[in-house]
Amino acid sequence: MADPEIKSYELHHESQSAAVTESRPVKAVLMAIALAFLAVFLLLPLIVVFHEALAKGIGAYTEALSSPDTRSAIRLTLLVAAISVPLNVIFGISAAWAIAKFEFKGKAFLTTLIDLPFSVSPVISGLVYVLLFGAQGLLGAWLKAHGIVILFAVPGIVLATIFVTFPFVARELIPLMQEQGNGDEEAALSLGASGWQAFWYVTLPNVKWGLLYGVLLCNARAMGEFGAVSVVSGHIRGLTNTMPLHVEILYNEYNAVGAFAVASLLAGLALVTLVLKTLLEMRYGAEIAATRGH
Amino acid sequence: MNTAPVKTGWRFRQPSVIPGFGLTLGFSLAYLTLIILIPLSGLVWRSAALGWADFWAIAADRRTLNALKISFGTAFLAAVVNVVFGTAVAWVLVRYRFPGRRIADAMVDLPFALPTAVAGIALTTLYAPNGWIGQLLMPLGIKVAYTPLGIVVALVFIGLPFVVRTVQPIMEEIDKEVEEAAATLGANRFQIITRVLFPGLAPAIITGFSLAFARGVGEYGSVIFIAGNLPFKSEIAPLLIVIRLEEYNYEAATAIAAIMLALSFLMLLVVNLVQTWSRKRYG
Repeated sequence: MADPEIKSYELHHESQSAAVTESRPVKAVLMAIALAFLAVFLLLPLIVVFHEALAKGIGAYTEALSSPDTRSAIRLTLLVAAISVPLNVIFGISAAWAIAKFEFKGKAFLTTLIDLPFSVSPVISGLVYVLLFGAQGLLGAWLKAHGIVILFAVPGIVLATIFVTFPFVARELIPLMQEQGNGDEEAALSLGASGWQAFWYVTLPNVKWGLLYGVLLCNARAMGEFGAVSVVSGHIRGLTNTMPLHVEILYNEYNAVGAFAVASLLAGLALVTLVLKTLLEMRYGAEIAATRGH
Repeated sequence: MNTAPVKTGWRFRQPSVIPGFGLTLGFSLAYLTLIILIPLSGLVWRSAALGWADFWAIAADRRTLNALKISFGTAFLAAVVNVVFGTAVAWVLVRYRFPGRRIADAMVDLPFALPTAVAGIALTTLYAPNGWIGQLLMPLGIKVAYTPLGIVVALVFIGLPFVVRTVQPIMEEIDKEVEEAAATLGANRFQIITRVLFPGLAPAIITGFSLAFARGVGEYGSVIFIAGNLPFKSEIAPLLIVIRLEEYNYEAATAIAAIMLALSFLMLLVVNLVQTWSRKRYG
């Protein structure tokens, strides 16, 4: 806000005719509408989560969080994120390397395919695995004969989570690496670096903040995913309930404090994600570059 | 032949000194195929195996039709609300300087970061008849929670950042000189906004609208808590898929999912056409 450039811009425009900026009352009304809208639709829901979680005091809050079912939900959510995020990071880096560093036929089509999970309803993302691995599914009989359990168990939850968080890292890295070009890597290679060294010492440091940004968003979605996971989980308490699913169960049992206590942890995660994201954008805006959004 | 000697002919890829093409592309394609393409084609295959008569019976079922109507209708309304208020929010964030602007800007991304189930129970608590907002609306005779209006409220929450984050960067790039030129030519502020600024923003607004709409159609977590989920009244299509699955009616679940996917792709296609048209129309 203390940016001198911004100040001079403002002053410049204060002195301009009304045609290049809105009149003061119009400005005030517009600002009031926009901020009221943000307050009602974004701020209030956030406040209500913490308010309801603490409605019966801090004792009831900590008690709700220490129940065994809640603990196992937290553990499962951490486990699912710990498997699915690294896998999507490896995919994201690999896809970005192939797409950004090389020119080949069908590149645009491949980029479109990577974004596909964003346009599929989370429920459908879960459904496709039920159709594949369920008792009536294409591989159902084979899996049963070999004693492999995927659906209504952790592997199914991990798969559904990978599906919905699939594009996050890749779509962050691809435009960034495209913008940076191949010059640095070519220089490293010409100086005798191996391909692996060029990646590890040149490419990775160049994209580290963008990568972190992608990981942050990927992780938030992985820990918070509800629809897709709900379809494949089977809702077995203490075994296949992630935190968002546990919120639903507690809420439907009219255990408001319990539901909002678990929800407050997820809301805390969301706030930490937003703060880190904002810091990254402020500090390394140019290095994260290009695509903003989700 | 009078053409220059053709050394390469058709090439899958341009030559490059950078290594690792085969490895990274191979891994990416394998992962993409296993996680996304095979499961999705399983859905297409299963719905094709249904046969036309069975498929039509499910699609034309009154409950299915109502659920689709509610999903697409509420998502449309919410996207319209978001276009109006999201554009206003983007404008205020880009053009005005006020204390707390950074925080307001960061807050816009909350719906991306907050798990949908959390948003769902929070909004339901707010808009329930005894909630903070619900009890203000009650005397006015407006019921939000457990009605289709509740679905719209949840989808407005979910869709807002799509509009703001698509429109905002384009607004930042608007050249002030264009506005000044229009002003010197005698245009008033209203004319500048509608004739000069809006055409430039139209493609971004359409994109934001379609992203918010597409997300709203498929949204599940935030909606099921606030909707009330009455068949024919406030039951959304993704919920009907879940209900059919719980009844072990895989055929119906598959058919509804296939219809939703087809409609979403159709919509994306239309939006792309509209965008191409608006780019041509407004340059």
